[in-house]
Amino acid sequence: MTATVNWQERINPVVRAIPPSGIRRFFDLATEMKGVISLGVGEPDFVTPWHIREACVYSLEKGYTMYTSNNGLLELREEIARDLAETYRVFYNPKNEILITVGVSEGLDLALRTLLSPGDEVLIPEPSYVSYAPCITLAGGRPVYLKTSVDNGFQVTAEMVEKAVTPATKVLLLCYPNNPTGATISRKNLMEIAEVVVARDLLVISDEIYEKLTYIGEHTCVPSLPGMRDRTILLNGFSKSYAMTGWRVGYAAGNPDFIAAMRKIHQYTMLCAPITAQMAALEALRNGKSQMKKMVEQYNRRRRLVLHAFQELGLPCFEPGGAFYAFPEIRQTGLSSEEFAEQLLKEARVAVVPGSAFGEQGEGHIRCSYAASIDDLNEAFKRMKLFLKRRMGRRTVLKGSFVKPGPVSEGRCQSL
Amino acid sequence: MKEILELLQTDARLTPGQIAVMLGRDEEEVACKIKEMEENKIILGYFTLINWDKVGEEMVSAIIEVKLSPQREVGFDSVAERIYRFPEVSSVRLMSGAYDLSVMINGRTMKEVAHFVSHKLATIENVISTCTHFVLKTYKYHGTILEDNESDRRLVVTP
Repeated sequence: MTATVNWQERINPVVRAIPPSGIRRFFDLATEMKGVISLGVGEPDFVTPWHIREACVYSLEKGYTMYTSNNGLLELREEIARDLAETYRVFYNPKNEILITVGVSEGLDLALRTLLSPGDEVLIPEPSYVSYAPCITLAGGRPVYLKTSVDNGFQVTAEMVEKAVTPATKVLLLCYPNNPTGATISRKNLMEIAEVVVARDLLVISDEIYEKLTYIGEHTCVPSLPGMRDRTILLNGFSKSYAMTGWRVGYAAGNPDFIAAMRKIHQYTMLCAPITAQMAALEALRNGKSQMKKMVEQYNRRRRLVLHAFQELGLPCFEPGGAFYAFPEIRQTGLSSEEFAEQLLKEARVAVVPGSAFGEQGEGHIRCSYAASIDDLNEAFKRMKLFLKRRMGRRTVLKGSFVKPGPVSEGRCQSL
Repeated sequence: MKEILELLQTDARLTPGQIAVMLGRDEEEVACKIKEMEENKIILGYFTLINWDKVGEEMVSAIIEVKLSPQREVGFDSVAERIYRFPEVSSVRLMSGAYDLSVMINGRTMKEVAHFVSHKLATIENVISTCTHFVLKTYKYHGTILEDNESDRRLVVTP
């Protein structure tokens, strides 16, 4: 006699307790529909530049199909070290302070697992990327949310960190430019946070995947701040800046002892990042700057277009300084962000992501990605306008926006 | 100015208002600038890129290499002018290397092009020789791939 196995019961309770991503349901809904314009995609609409793809094909032809060192290709680590030194004057030894990972996702998981013991607390901004909290939980830690809002430009402040710190706090996770808000963080703010981090003896994990996509002011690399290099694990990759999401290649940089410990997990669970992707990343760093800058320029134009469109729609929208997301407020419609997104999808065939998918603080907002063609953006806003008109009836209630009407000037929100 | 031109080069239909929004400028300022560039012949025209093959229109294009003997004072310019005045000629360029002028011509039939070369082009004074290359297929033109199969393959919603 064979008894049926109840697999549900056998699943690790920690894993069972993790709720499925709020995006998943939405994805299923949108996939079933035809003629949808999607502003819900968290990746570039550009295909990886041809010279990078071509270099990868060449590497395959030459037979580069083997494992690399656990650390990743030394040439790639050298190029990363050079790029960081040139751009931010932060210096890492490519031999033992940089680890090539399978995207920032793996880097984050490795860093958290290397760092956390059961009960350790991790401070994370909210709203933020959907993976942070589950990864912390899976690593045995506890996420503690630093609630940011449009009032403080979705930036974490030293005061928030100070208030949230307990004896169990081990690390602060920073993620600017931010997904989903598009917020950047001011250097002044970071300096103040750094002081608290040092005073409270915390560590920092800084996910700077959107670093190159900074449109207002300059990006501040966290380890470049005084005293922060020794306290920070820097995570970055090639997905967003070089339009290489599917390649899955990123890196972690930090203290050599810590990197060695991360490498231990990496070597037993992943072995190495795919060599083909590493070869492509090498080409991106060596010869990809001008094309990357062109893409950034295009995002910036679309960013202004989108911001202007929300002004016209009467949906207040915080001016995003980085990434490729706008995070307008939809409270005046009387709908929750999930209801809004669902109705917009069903009635107007425009896909956006409800802000609530990124944490409680995201409620009342929707995330609109402007990694879409100008034509698609224009069409999406045309549809959104009709949708709002229908929803709001004849009332012209929608008014008030966080940005002044008229041309968007640079630098306004930087000091928020 | 350069940014306005770059935008117009990729899409001539953009209005000054749209350009102003994308560049974070004033609409009137952009409109003024465009007008100025039109007057200064920096912007020479606005065209539509058409894949005539798809229309089923019979068209023949050829690139003709032309060797010339240069003339005193005017060099190649006066012969070039005699050639570019023909409406069937779509481009004329002075080249370095083995020949002097590269002339692109569009006709309805091969015969028409041949007639142009033998009767009009080759007989111009100071034209030493011509060499005609017929176009078999155009893959990319004006920075645009004619049959681009790279559609958006991204998932509809991703984090």
